[in-house]
Amino acid sequence: MAPLLQVDNLTIRFPRAEPVGNLSFEIEQGETLAIVGESGSGKSLTALALMQLLPRAAKIANGHITFGGRDLTKLDAREMRHLRGREIAMIFQEPMTSLNPVMTIGRQIGEVLKVHEKLSGKAARERAIELLRLVRIPAPEKRVDDYPHQLSGGMRQRVMIAIAVACKPKLLIADEPTTALDVTIQAQVLDLLDTLRRELQMAVVLITHDLGVVAQWADKVVVMYAGRKVEQALPGDLFNDPLHPYTRGLLAASPRLKHDFHYRDGALTEIPGSIVSAVGEAGCPFRPRCNQARASCSHHVPQLIVPAADRLVACPFTTSLKAVPHAAALSL
Amino acid sequence: MPALLRIARTLRRTLLQAIPTVLGIVILNFFLLQLAPGDAADVMAGEAGSATAESMAALRSRFGLDNPVLVQLGHYLNNLAHFSLGFSPRYGMPVADLIAQRLPGTLTLMALALTIAILLGVVLGSLMASFAGRIPDRLLSIFSLLFYSIPSFWIGLMLIVFFSVKLGWLPSGGAGTIGSRLTGVPAILDKARYMVLPATSLALFYVAIYARLTRASMLEVKNQDFVRTAYAKGLTPFGVTARHILRNALIPITTMAGMHIGGMLGGAVVVETVYSWPGLGRLAFEAVMGRDFTVLLGILLLSSLLVIIANAAVDIIHAWLDPRIGAR
Repeated sequence: MAPLLQVDNLTIRFPRAEPVGNLSFEIEQGETLAIVGESGSGKSLTALALMQLLPRAAKIANGHITFGGRDLTKLDAREMRHLRGREIAMIFQEPMTSLNPVMTIGRQIGEVLKVHEKLSGKAARERAIELLRLVRIPAPEKRVDDYPHQLSGGMRQRVMIAIAVACKPKLLIADEPTTALDVTIQAQVLDLLDTLRRELQMAVVLITHDLGVVAQWADKVVVMYAGRKVEQALPGDLFNDPLHPYTRGLLAASPRLKHDFHYRDGALTEIPGSIVSAVGEAGCPFRPRCNQARASCSHHVPQLIVPAADRLVACPFTTSLKAVPHAAALSL
Repeated sequence: MPALLRIARTLRRTLLQAIPTVLGIVILNFFLLQLAPGDAADVMAGEAGSATAESMAALRSRFGLDNPVLVQLGHYLNNLAHFSLGFSPRYGMPVADLIAQRLPGTLTLMALALTIAILLGVVLGSLMASFAGRIPDRLLSIFSLLFYSIPSFWIGLMLIVFFSVKLGWLPSGGAGTIGSRLTGVPAILDKARYMVLPATSLALFYVAIYARLTRASMLEVKNQDFVRTAYAKGLTPFGVTARHILRNALIPITTMAGMHIGGMLGGAVVVETVYSWPGLGRLAFEAVMGRDFTVLLGILLLSSLLVIIANAAVDIIHAWLDPRIGAR
């Protein structure tokens, strides 16, 4: 069976930069794919490219995005609008600013139903109440007439989710959905997303920089660095045995929550340098920060190799380390 | 309804604040006008061509102009306390009647001009924002700059030259066909024909302001996250603009419009003079020339009330446009 979404050699170009290059991944129906990477690694641009909502200056220079057998890069504006919100929905990082402040949440949810399902005002309102109930907002009959400023951040993100799932999309793109939220609320929101994914059989692209989130909710992980995929694996494999030096650095920089771990047991390490060093790098984008870099790394961008089943890594010199099990993986 | 409660609270606060404001305006204006050389008696005597010292003294004592300044102020305030605006020596009739005659003309003119200005300004501004940086935006920017910088009396004269003199489509002045016995719809249409040019000349300057303001405000709102959300819902660009961007962008425009209502009265003086429109602006102008200070004070009092009412209206519109406002 063909995957629900197939991204093939996607390259996004600004007039003077190429923030995403030769990115490929695919996602099956009902699957959760996590895309991780630090700020500036091109995660959000990839998400916007899937929605065809890139900023005006950015162009898809190369590659295809195939969704349900159709190449999204070739659709015209009208066909794409027909998919947005109906088959592909998206929730954003900032629930505080992602809702229109002068419109009741009921109308903002109802709007997407009016557009795609041609519901009347009354029917849309009733569906909005149902959707608020679906995303576990208490007293939805009252809340439906609230304005966004009357809700907390977690509630607003639930409203965003309600908008996103209103038309039962096949694919939900969640761009750092919990970054702006408290840790306790984070778990609630992600649990909700996961439940809805199963109930509505949606595929989810979960963009995050939180490795704990990846470990708990993802079926498959893509690690991005400077616009390129550097590693892809199942979460268990990734946390048990990271292959790319960048992934290793990321894991070493996050707390290992072994039950007896204490901050005195050792400082967290960091990856030296910054992602800015990848600009203009002819070879491996990670070379300037890599502790295993060799002379040949600066010659060309490393190809993805297949070191094991269900794995991809963009480093020719990597060997399995069997590192200390990552705490996040322990919680699986 | 909490919305109604909010509005009621806004109104009560406005009303309480209005009383000292109005009183201050009246007293300040009274003293300012005393600084002008001459009084109504001087002007009337000058117009009569011959006047003796006795007849001028008689005029002054008849209208109370010979009293000390503070006594005159006391009389005026006493009149006000009895809801009277005083008596015009020049027109020989109560000021309230005089204003009541002229007010509707000016109000319709201002209302029409403001409506034209806001509608046209918002539409043009939306267009400019939608095409920001491209040809339509550049062209409209040039026009709005022109309208912004050309004085309204000149626009008025040029409109008369073009539409009345050259084309003969519209009357060049006045407020209705003299001696016509039209009633009902034809009468309204006749009046409307006389209003087109003055309202347009008054509006063009404000069209320019609102267009530029709408453009800037919409460009700012356009970059906000909720606009991206709206696009992600699959809305058309027009739907996003009309339902999400515009309403958020309207708030600064209503603020400006409220402030302009007072300023428009000043603009009306010029436009009413150019088009010999029988309105409050021209009355004010004539009152200044005739040193008819009771009339002038009455007009100033009324315009200050107008500004206060306009501000209250803007507050209410704000509370309606933006639910976050009004919780103060």
